Amino acid sequence: MSHLFEMVKRFKLYPRQVEWLGFRALAVGSVLTITPIFMVVIYILVQGGPAISWGFLTQMPQNGMREGGILPALVGTLYLTLGTAIFSVPLGIGAAIYLSEYSSDSSLTRIIRLAIINLAGIPSVVYGLFGLGLFVIFLNFGTSILAASLTLSIMTLPVIISTTEEALRAVPQSFRVVAISLGATRWQAIRRVVLPQALPGILTGVILGLERAAGETAPILFTGAAFFLPRLPQSPMDATMALPYHLFVISTQVPGMPIRIQYGTVLVLLTFVLGMNIVATVIRSRARARRQW
Amino acid sequence: MEKIVVENFSLTYSDGAESLQNINLKINEHTITALIGPAGGGKSTFLRAMNRLNDLADVAALSGHLYINGQDVLDPKTNVIQLRRTVGIVFARPLPLPLTIYENVSFGLQAAGERRKAVLDEAVERALRQAQLWDEVYDRLGDSAFAISGGQQQRLCIARVLALQPEIILLDEPTSALDPISTAKIETSLLELKEKYTIVIAPHNIQQAARIADDVAFFLQGEVVEFAPAEKIFTTPKDRRTLDYVQGRFG
Amino acid sequence: MESKHPLEFLITWFIRLTGYSSIFFVVLILFFLVSEGLPALSEVSLDTLFSTRWYPIESYYGILPLILGSLVVTIGAMLIAVPFGIGTAVYLSEVARPMVREILKPLVEILAGLPSVMLGFLGIQVVSPFLREFLDLPTGLTAFAGSLLLGGIAIPTIVSIAEDAMNNVPQSYRQGALALGATRWQTMWGVTFPAARSGIITAIMLGLGRAIGETMTVMMVTGNAPIMPNSIRALFMPIRTMTATIASEMGEVAAGSIHYHVLFFIGIVLFLLALIVNITASWVSMRKQTHKERVLS
Repeated sequence: MSHLFEMVKRFKLYPRQVEWLGFRALAVGSVLTITPIFMVVIYILVQGGPAISWGFLTQMPQNGMREGGILPALVGTLYLTLGTAIFSVPLGIGAAIYLSEYSSDSSLTRIIRLAIINLAGIPSVVYGLFGLGLFVIFLNFGTSILAASLTLSIMTLPVIISTTEEALRAVPQSFRVVAISLGATRWQAIRRVVLPQALPGILTGVILGLERAAGETAPILFTGAAFFLPRLPQSPMDATMALPYHLFVISTQVPGMPIRIQYGTVLVLLTFVLGMNIVATVIRSRARARRQW
Repeated sequence: MEKIVVENFSLTYSDGAESLQNINLKINEHTITALIGPAGGGKSTFLRAMNRLNDLADVAALSGHLYINGQDVLDPKTNVIQLRRTVGIVFARPLPLPLTIYENVSFGLQAAGERRKAVLDEAVERALRQAQLWDEVYDRLGDSAFAISGGQQQRLCIARVLALQPEIILLDEPTSALDPISTAKIETSLLELKEKYTIVIAPHNIQQAARIADDVAFFLQGEVVEFAPAEKIFTTPKDRRTLDYVQGRFG
Repeated sequence: MESKHPLEFLITWFIRLTGYSSIFFVVLILFFLVSEGLPALSEVSLDTLFSTRWYPIESYYGILPLILGSLVVTIGAMLIAVPFGIGTAVYLSEVARPMVREILKPLVEILAGLPSVMLGFLGIQVVSPFLREFLDLPTGLTAFAGSLLLGGIAIPTIVSIAEDAMNNVPQSYRQGALALGATRWQTMWGVTFPAARSGIITAIMLGLGRAIGETMTVMMVTGNAPIMPNSIRALFMPIRTMTATIASEMGEVAAGSIHYHVLFFIGIVLFLLALIVNITASWVSMRKQTHKERVLS
């Protein structure tokens, strides 16, 4: 027995060895976590690349979507993203300015923060239910770009609020004090000094929020997405096709769908969201490099 | 003529920082008054109260009167925007706004609604000359205010206040972040400026107070221990603590 | 009294209103969920509602298999996401060289931005055929496939919040431990990790929240069968979550029908679950943050 104990004791690792092993294990784990992202992106590029052509982007789908392009889905996603921006950007930036510049540490502020946390956590499909109940049925907008954009806006709001607030708070307090000490009103201080400095951060947050909205399917399922439309939407009251929903449709609902078109659609969607992501990242890093304070 | 009259003024912050107790002072027009005393004695709090910058902090209690031109600025009905144009303040660190040199100097006027280019141009030049900065920056008014040296930035901050043609200028250790040459330039400007303005300064050190002050108030733990003409404070102070402080026995 | 220009007055009021808008929206959402979902309780008996059979065409509205479906998939996802997510966060914050971190962090952000429908598509095309072959299953569209992909969805949330939490631990803590002769490994698990504990719990809770609420991916890869999961084998069988049920059935029901009300009732359950998870998360991380910046000093 004591012999065994001795053996175990002798095998005891030194702290340095534990550290060496531990660091290697963590590195391997991280690589395992992160390489799939690479692989996904490359795989989609390889599989979807051949499907991409000018016609694919600019033609209507034909033959039960098994041929032709994805123009209405692409245009629809653009419309929905713009529609979402129209509502969520002023609302979100306003709310962030309120939280960062006007509110005091009162119980009302705490309730607002709680509400934002709550909004951020509501599952996207529940937003879909809400949009259906309020915008589609109660306000009688029908399944439309308007109803879907409004639904997506409220879903995007917490992202925009929290990133904008962070950008505003990053602007040194001293700028506000100086501006006010020179006789500026609170709004003048915000408008002339704080907002311009926070602008790149706000822009980054807005784009990341809209990126999420552009890729969402569940909230638009019953509020504005159409399975197939033979023409482009003509007004905000029309339903619309959208890239993410189109991908869902062609990958699960249409039998005999050519795999090439499916991967092509994935690639376009990926380019759309990655493009927004890259723009946001570039804005952020350029602003950081230029910042003087 | 008495420009600033302080009567039984007390102020406490809710976080317990630098409070003031029962301050009484009478500050004359066209003088430089130096507020001396160890850190935390209430000098900054007092300066900030004079143009109501304490509005931005959590004030727990406030009482007494603070008259400027006979008007109590602590009165809730005071137009603080107007007050801050009359009473300008310069802070310890150079704090240019993230704008150009020109926009920094004209900021206050533009906030006041002045749009006329000629008026702004004229005011910017006058203020920069008064702050003895014009010759160094006249050819790069469009550059970022961060592009000039620390000493120049602090003079820019003074110019920014002067552009509003205030009556009173408050300076909170304006030279603490500067080298001796920049400090000397600013002190020279202040001696010239007192012909037109009333200046209240928390000097960087006692020597600075001795060089420029007409009157000196000694702040200790939120109270004014002694307020008298400078030569009296530095030669024959009434209070033992004042003597100890100016002779460097604590500080 | 600040003298106010009429325009400034308007702007200030607009900002104030937008500030309150979040409260308004939460109340509005809750109101519509309740008004459309609560009638389910009077139309369907509680016994039926909490029974084990979901077959709306024949008026079986038992939501238990859906709740358990969500549970199984989510637990599976967290078993994957927590170790890998926390491990990656620790690696990025404590071990990786700055350059490696600068490359890896944006990649994690990209993963966070991938649309869930795209992951669902890859699940159908790549993951589930692989699982079917590899595990010799009748179908690859199972709870396990859902867990794998959901894990991938929860990981970026966990990584970025946990990494922030570790980063926010003051450097002096680490230096203190290292100065006493601890190795970096001992320091990070003995000092840094415990100090960041509340942030890490928040990270896990928020990752959990994302997994519970995820819709498209699970709808596409879990096989969509509202079967009561009753043993560990259920992990390798088709299943149906609450979110997927709403998404796949709401399009076909008539507004105001029993089925419609029950789907909204499931929405209420999801709303409450999300509420609990998120409030817990923020409660844990709500250390006393008094950012009372002194007005210049």
